[in-house]
Amino acid sequence: MTGLLLRRAVETLITLLLITVMVFGLTRLTGDPTSLLLPPEATEATRAAFRHAYGLDQNMFVQYEAFLIHLFEGDLGESFRLHEPAIGVALDALGPTLKLACAGMALSIVLGMPFGIVAATSRRRWVKRLGRWYGSLGQALPPFWVGLILVSLLALQLPLFPTSGYGTARHYVLPALTLAVATSSSIASLTQANLEEALRSDFIHMERVLGLPEWRIVLKHALRNASLPIVTFLALQFGLILGGAIVTERVFAWPGIGQRIVEAILGRDYPVVQAIVLITATLFMLINLAADLLYLVLDPRLRT
Amino acid sequence: MNAGTVTPAAEQALPRRRRLGRWRPLQSPGLPLLATATCAVLVAAAVLGPWISPYAKDSVDLANAIAPPAWQPDGTAAHLLGTDQLGRDVLSRLIAGARISLAAAAAATLLGGSIGVAVGVVAGYIGGLADAVAMRISDAFLAVPFILLALAVVAVLGSGFGNIILVIVVTNWPRYARLVRSEVIGIKHRDFVTLARIAGVPPARIMLRHILPNTLNSVTVLGILDVGRAIILESSLSFLGVGIQPPDVSWGLMLADGRTLLGFAWWLTTLPGVVIVAAVMSFNTLGYWLKARLDPRAGA
Repeated sequence: MTGLLLRRAVETLITLLLITVMVFGLTRLTGDPTSLLLPPEATEATRAAFRHAYGLDQNMFVQYEAFLIHLFEGDLGESFRLHEPAIGVALDALGPTLKLACAGMALSIVLGMPFGIVAATSRRRWVKRLGRWYGSLGQALPPFWVGLILVSLLALQLPLFPTSGYGTARHYVLPALTLAVATSSSIASLTQANLEEALRSDFIHMERVLGLPEWRIVLKHALRNASLPIVTFLALQFGLILGGAIVTERVFAWPGIGQRIVEAILGRDYPVVQAIVLITATLFMLINLAADLLYLVLDPRLRT
Repeated sequence: MNAGTVTPAAEQALPRRRRLGRWRPLQSPGLPLLATATCAVLVAAAVLGPWISPYAKDSVDLANAIAPPAWQPDGTAAHLLGTDQLGRDVLSRLIAGARISLAAAAAATLLGGSIGVAVGVVAGYIGGLADAVAMRISDAFLAVPFILLALAVVAVLGSGFGNIILVIVVTNWPRYARLVRSEVIGIKHRDFVTLARIAGVPPARIMLRHILPNTLNSVTVLGILDVGRAIILESSLSFLGVGIQPPDVSWGLMLADGRTLLGFAWWLTTLPGVVIVAAVMSFNTLGYWLKARLDPRAGA
């Protein structure tokens, strides 16, 4: 098991390093990044100093080394527009996004799992078919459109929730619901598929023969077995939710990384773009690593 | 002990058919037909666009601005699906949008698929260091949520039709590479490959003529499923204002435009959304159906 863990950790590290190469390379795609990384009004002296500080007058390897050293010092340059360190800007925006993602995730689980359990255990064909329909519909619904429809129905037609903004608990409902529509559908179909599979296995058959109550068989024994892939999937979904949150935030004027990165792109604020991509990718990788660990905890068979 | 040995045999003999049947997604026979029809209509609209659309996509008619669809009380038959705030015909713009959205999705899928398949075949066949490097690189691409990766690329390259295709390619090639690589690893030790190698067929020819054709089934399925994904990605970027730029039209851009009138003109946001969902669902249904047909293990 330690071997497996070590391998995963090393893989994660290599991937993280490659991501820094990507982020580094991105600004070099257009040649001299000085014009990208410094505000347009910078003087020629500032540009020369910057070129020297980041080693832009030297070859790519030296440049990348300088980039990495600055990165480890937590320095990704300064936001042109806010005149604050880019890392700080990105971290400030991460809070609201994570809160939204967690709310969306919780809502997805609350909506998706019971749906999947009902669809898996029902004997009615239309319920099963509805479960699969829900699963494929969720994949096709673009989050920004779901958000707009929810605003139009639950904020404008029926003024229950605020149309946009951030602050109170009521502000969370519509954005979280927007995220949950897509994610809960995949959670539901995954729960359905795995639970159906688990319910067909021998030990469940045995428990039925022994006369255990059906709810206990389903909720305790079958669900526990079906939960393994669901856990890994939830971790992967968290990354998708982070992605979905970027678009959803735009609909609800949520002050998270999604808003920030779009503003930064439109304002050509590259240090902030770099910082957001790096931080989100790192977070995503760590979540995946954590999912693998959880998998080991939940499945003793893998601990050899 | 008896129960343990008897049950699996019984289960294998009896409910096998039912078990396979349950795994088929959306199995009713009418659905693939409906999906194919929807795809055909959309593709026809995209190809025939300028000849069948009632108006030019940006012909302004301020007298008829914000007209609701024809079946609404204030609707006019002149604009079947209504008009936007400048009096532009929604139906014509949806048709023009089909052209941009589908063309971008198709081009990106073909290009990304080709790159991914090439990387996957070479990495899987050669193995070793090339494989490890290719897989770590594709991991790095897959590690970033794809909308974020797309935004990062847009930030540097800029928006517009060509760049959006490029952005989608950057985000989708790794999935083809991974899929094809795993298939190739399964194929390359089969007898026909070994025999070809012994017979002195050069590696490039083995990859191209003997291995590649065997991966095409699953690549086709992933490709069709990917069209739906590409449509969503393009419309997301356009909605965020960093995708297709005016005067071009895309479904996502129409949604972004209609957003300001959300409370007054529902059709400006509802209709493009319905078209996106219909397009994506059709391509997905088609993809899953094809997957079930092409893969005997999935049952068909």
